[in-house]
Amino acid sequence: MADAIEEHGTSLWKDAWIKLSKNRLALFGLAVLIMLILTSLLTPLIAPYGYETQDLDMGATAPSLQHWLGTDIFGRDMLTRIMYGGRVSLMVGFIATAVALVIGISWGAIAGFFGGRLDAIMMRIVDVLYALPFMIFIILLMVVFGRNILLLFLAIGAVEWLTMARIVRSQVMALRNQEFVEAANSLGLSEWTIIRRHIIPNTLGPVIVYTTLTIPSVMLLEAFLSFLGLGIQPPESSWGLLINYGVETMEEFPWLLIFPGIALSLTLFALNFLGDGLRDALDPRTSKD
Amino acid sequence: MYRFAISRLLQAIPVLLMVVTVTFFLVHSAPGGPFSADKAVPPEVIKALEEQYNLNQPVWQQYLSYLGDVVQGDFGPSFKYSGRTVNELIAAGLPITAELAFYAMLVALSVGITAGVGAAMRPNTMQDYLPMTGAMIGICMPSFLLGPLLVLVFGIHLDWLPVSGWGDIPGDKILPSITLGTGYAAYIARLSRGGMLEVLSQDYIRTARAKGLSERLVIIKHALRGGLIPVVAFLGPAFAGLLAGSFVVETIFQIPGLGRFYVQAAFNRDYTLILGMTIFLSTLIILFNLLSDMLAIWLNPKLRQEIRGTN
Repeated sequence: MADAIEEHGTSLWKDAWIKLSKNRLALFGLAVLIMLILTSLLTPLIAPYGYETQDLDMGATAPSLQHWLGTDIFGRDMLTRIMYGGRVSLMVGFIATAVALVIGISWGAIAGFFGGRLDAIMMRIVDVLYALPFMIFIILLMVVFGRNILLLFLAIGAVEWLTMARIVRSQVMALRNQEFVEAANSLGLSEWTIIRRHIIPNTLGPVIVYTTLTIPSVMLLEAFLSFLGLGIQPPESSWGLLINYGVETMEEFPWLLIFPGIALSLTLFALNFLGDGLRDALDPRTSKD
Repeated sequence: MYRFAISRLLQAIPVLLMVVTVTFFLVHSAPGGPFSADKAVPPEVIKALEEQYNLNQPVWQQYLSYLGDVVQGDFGPSFKYSGRTVNELIAAGLPITAELAFYAMLVALSVGITAGVGAAMRPNTMQDYLPMTGAMIGICMPSFLLGPLLVLVFGIHLDWLPVSGWGDIPGDKILPSITLGTGYAAYIARLSRGGMLEVLSQDYIRTARAKGLSERLVIIKHALRGGLIPVVAFLGPAFAGLLAGSFVVETIFQIPGLGRFYVQAAFNRDYTLILGMTIFLSTLIILFNLLSDMLAIWLNPKLRQEIRGTN
């Protein structure tokens, strides 16, 4: 009996993994993501050239054996630039998503768990915020307070938490009346402990899926702002900024646009496929065929 | 239905008030006034300027008088385009951006719905996989990348289409419209495929088929109305996205619309222009969200009943 329960307990994740591993596109996404994270962590060690190393005599050159992805107009190695830019892009993606996660999960869990008036007020606030045009607000924030990378994390994170709050709330509402929560209650656990130990872990499935899909949308937002010149500022670099520079010189040196473009698109591709795959895998309603 | 529309409109008022308040105080808390320029300006000139723009009054008084003007639809003068009001600049840019957004929406709806409905009719065949892979590429290819690539291929290498401007040379509206529309075509394709798949498995579709209707008629007369509800609900957010997208597309193609004004105002720190345009664009977006909600309710009898129940 105990074994049966144990096996049942692990089967959701095991089942999810089996489903995911059958989905080739999702696996490809996972592989790309892992590679990207490793590359970003190791960039200072494995980048072929220094970030600011210039070869002014050389100027912009097409891809060659020395410079696999060519060099930019200052003779800087493109592969190195893209690797460093990817670090920033990924960092924005992960940190801003983390900000959104923390706010969204706490907000949704509290609203869903306590319900009633508090829930009504908290969700009304979310509804009102939903109606605001945030893209415009982020631009406004960047204009008013200067183009600060920390502010960028906060601004993007503050936008993206709304959907997460809604998802978590509806999950928690459904969980609240389950027997194991009642059991925890009758054991005398505090409400905060119940939220932390019993409710939040049970909402993980949808949260993971939504997180995987939030990261690419955040990265896209960062690239969008950087492209307009309102996001990451030089000497920092990001893929959006590299694409911006690439556009300026694309007639003579198209590779300066194409390679950062491929890097960004490929990453968005991978994350979206992984998110879709995880959604199929973690949704208990999808059959096991 | 009407009561719902009116109550939603009334709910929009506090949201708009919040937009005005937040933007106003954000802009006014900006470090460095609008006239702290690179050049040294004599203090008496600054004083005269501040008087002209009411900046010598306390902030709350400025806020109240600004609010009063905004309610009457007056956004005041622009700081940087001397002699022009924010209203004039908006009036100059709006028709162009509206036209661009209209064409982009046309591209998005025609391509997206055709691809999505086609895919839903034959799921898990090539007719499904090809457009859906295309849609995924469309989603992952942001406009600021797609636009330049289109310019590179069709404007420069093939030399088929003009690469900038709006309404100056024939054909110069094609590339911007496609650039702006593609991402939304991709989303709409996915949404209409999902919606259609769900509707096509319903009993009333089986009944329609059992009556001996042709598949074409089943789709057109019975399935589309229900299957496209997700697309209709997406139109509001899509409109907001189109406006944001116009920032990029108008910058790339040098189109003198609202988006380009906004980005330039951001760079010039033209505070009154930013303030006015933020409020104006927010109002538009909120209204369009409302419209698309109403349309979705009108299309979906189930939702209509729910609203009647709650009212």
